[in-house]
Amino acid sequence: MADMHSEADLAFVRETMLAQKEPPIAEQGALKWLRENLFSSWLNAILTVLSLLLVYWVLAHTLPWLLRGVWDAGSLAECREIRDARYGDGVDAACFAVITDRWQQLLFGFYPRELYWRPILALLCFFAAIAPVLFARVPRQMLGFTVAAPFLIFLLLWGGTIWGPLTVALGFVIGWACIAFLTKPLGRLVATIAAVLLPIIFWLFLAGPLARELGNILPIGLEPVGSKDFGGFMLSFVIGVAGIILSLPLGILLALGRQSDLFLINKVSVGFIELIRGVPLIVWLFTASLLLNYFLPPGTNFDIMLRVIIMVTLFSAAYIAEVVRGGLAALPKGQYEAADALGLDYWQSMRLIILPQALKIAIPGIVSTFIGLFKDTTLVVFIGLLDPIGLSNSIRATTDWNGIYWELFLFIGIMFWIFCFSMSRYSMYLERKLTREHR
Amino acid sequence: MTALDTELQIDRSKLKVSDEVAVQITKMNKWFGTFHVLRDIDLTVYRGERIVIAGPSGSGKSTLIRCINRLEEHQSGKIEVDGTVLSSDLKNIDKVRSEVGMCFQHFNLFPHLTILENCTLAPIWVRKTPKKEAEETAMHFLEKVRIPEQADKYPGQLSGGQQQRVAIARSLCMRPRIMLFDEPTSALDPEMIKEVLDTMIELAQEGMTMLCVTHEMGFARQVANRVIFMDQGQIVEQNEPEEFFNNPKSDRTKLFLSQILGH
Repeated sequence: MADMHSEADLAFVRETMLAQKEPPIAEQGALKWLRENLFSSWLNAILTVLSLLLVYWVLAHTLPWLLRGVWDAGSLAECREIRDARYGDGVDAACFAVITDRWQQLLFGFYPRELYWRPILALLCFFAAIAPVLFARVPRQMLGFTVAAPFLIFLLLWGGTIWGPLTVALGFVIGWACIAFLTKPLGRLVATIAAVLLPIIFWLFLAGPLARELGNILPIGLEPVGSKDFGGFMLSFVIGVAGIILSLPLGILLALGRQSDLFLINKVSVGFIELIRGVPLIVWLFTASLLLNYFLPPGTNFDIMLRVIIMVTLFSAAYIAEVVRGGLAALPKGQYEAADALGLDYWQSMRLIILPQALKIAIPGIVSTFIGLFKDTTLVVFIGLLDPIGLSNSIRATTDWNGIYWELFLFIGIMFWIFCFSMSRYSMYLERKLTREHR
Repeated sequence: MTALDTELQIDRSKLKVSDEVAVQITKMNKWFGTFHVLRDIDLTVYRGERIVIAGPSGSGKSTLIRCINRLEEHQSGKIEVDGTVLSSDLKNIDKVRSEVGMCFQHFNLFPHLTILENCTLAPIWVRKTPKKEAEETAMHFLEKVRIPEQADKYPGQLSGGQQQRVAIARSLCMRPRIMLFDEPTSALDPEMIKEVLDTMIELAQEGMTMLCVTHEMGFARQVANRVIFMDQGQIVEQNEPEEFFNNPKSDRTKLFLSQILGH
């Protein structure tokens, strides 16, 4: 074939195709990785060494403190005695004894000690309920439990007669019945309005007396525990999870409302989002704890945790709405048109075509908002609820543990980190799964 | 003109037009803001007709067929599809949309659903067909467009030509009486244009009423029974393809034809 390159003849026909060859030795294995990632140039080599030094310096200062930690003591003074005896006077050593001494408080606040099984069981219920929602492999039949779980969890945490949660659930059944039986005879609009109004009327005027009467006739229930006894991670978890679960649907509705062509719905959504988002969460929390009392009729007993959950939900829904709107805007117009052209109505095209895709695009933003919301639950300390930060203050206020900071904050930080990191990992799992499915 | 002209296999004797009216457009006008896109459009489409709409870009040809299933709203005049008058009444709009199929330039398949799910979605949710029956229908039409083996894949895994054929099958699953094509081959590689045109020809031979916005003049010449030429939002000329191509009347048509057929 060598004479093919003569100037006279530029025509070329390949007769045999070349086989694949192995790349050169220097292009594979650990050597290649080191060279490409750590020492690709002089500047990078220097930066690598400097980073290693920095990591060493940080570890050299923190590891001894952590490893020498004292786990078994009754007070900070005792901690120091043990440390002095073990490692010599004044050596850096953590005093984790505060956590072994007070972990129940950090987790459960002032929830009665003999009733700890209730929040633990509630947590297990929560995991069982959330599993079929998060993972497609879990049997679908478990979704039935998911529907019942909120009422069960409420009963376990707050106690009282079983009739309270049951009458609340009855309200939802009334709403469902309106949709199921009134749509045919009266049309969808009337049925929807009835499905919203009737349960609200029921909850406001009938549910309370009904639950009381039933409670008098058949007093079945658990020992009641008031919201003032809630604290620690249990409090953060209840507020955070309730906020997360409630704010997603609300946020989606607000995002759709903001895209709507209907003037009133559009303006109400925009106004709501901008108002809620433009004011700091702490202001809304103060509103929940102080101002609402002025507006509500005197004597109304509106649970403080419920008020906080509502405020946190509204706050994060405004953010979710904007994140979801970003996802909606990222979809090509053709998707809306194809759904229209096939004759799908608005809610069908949203549910089946638009939202599955828009939410997938919005997953990172949505999860960021959720993580932010969960961490913001620590702000409730300012309105007198004892979240982990609030408890750390009250633990420090006792004579035994006066002067301890790092160990408590480390513990609280790790607990929050575990929760937030799992959310982050789950979102990455979900994104990967959806990308694989859609490609 | 492309080399495809000689390859398209069609038996014109099978093509029949009845005198039943499928679409009736009278004095229809549309504006985008203050821009007058469609001006006094009068058009009657009979059942079984294959109409090709041609014209320079911006002449309003896409907008015209998008008005027929109300992806665009017209502001004056009357559009009647299969006896249903298009107004802002949502019931009528949904009724017309489920009777009129549409294929888009960019296919607009739903990327999060499999090919089969793309095809069964509307029959299940709009027509309330049982899932099993919808799947049988879908497989029937996927076989018709010759890609039944792709049923469980996602649109992203298919070539452009295959995607457009799925889009046609998806529309057919709703058993439409009229099909609208909005530049169905414009986004395709040259190698894939023929497979889509072949599918469209089969449809034509089965008597489907078709309105196609396309630049495939070979298709227009051999399949269409009427070619409409639009410019500046108006119908400038319409005729049988033979007359239209060989003996155009208006200067604008002559210029257009010389530009697209000249090279």
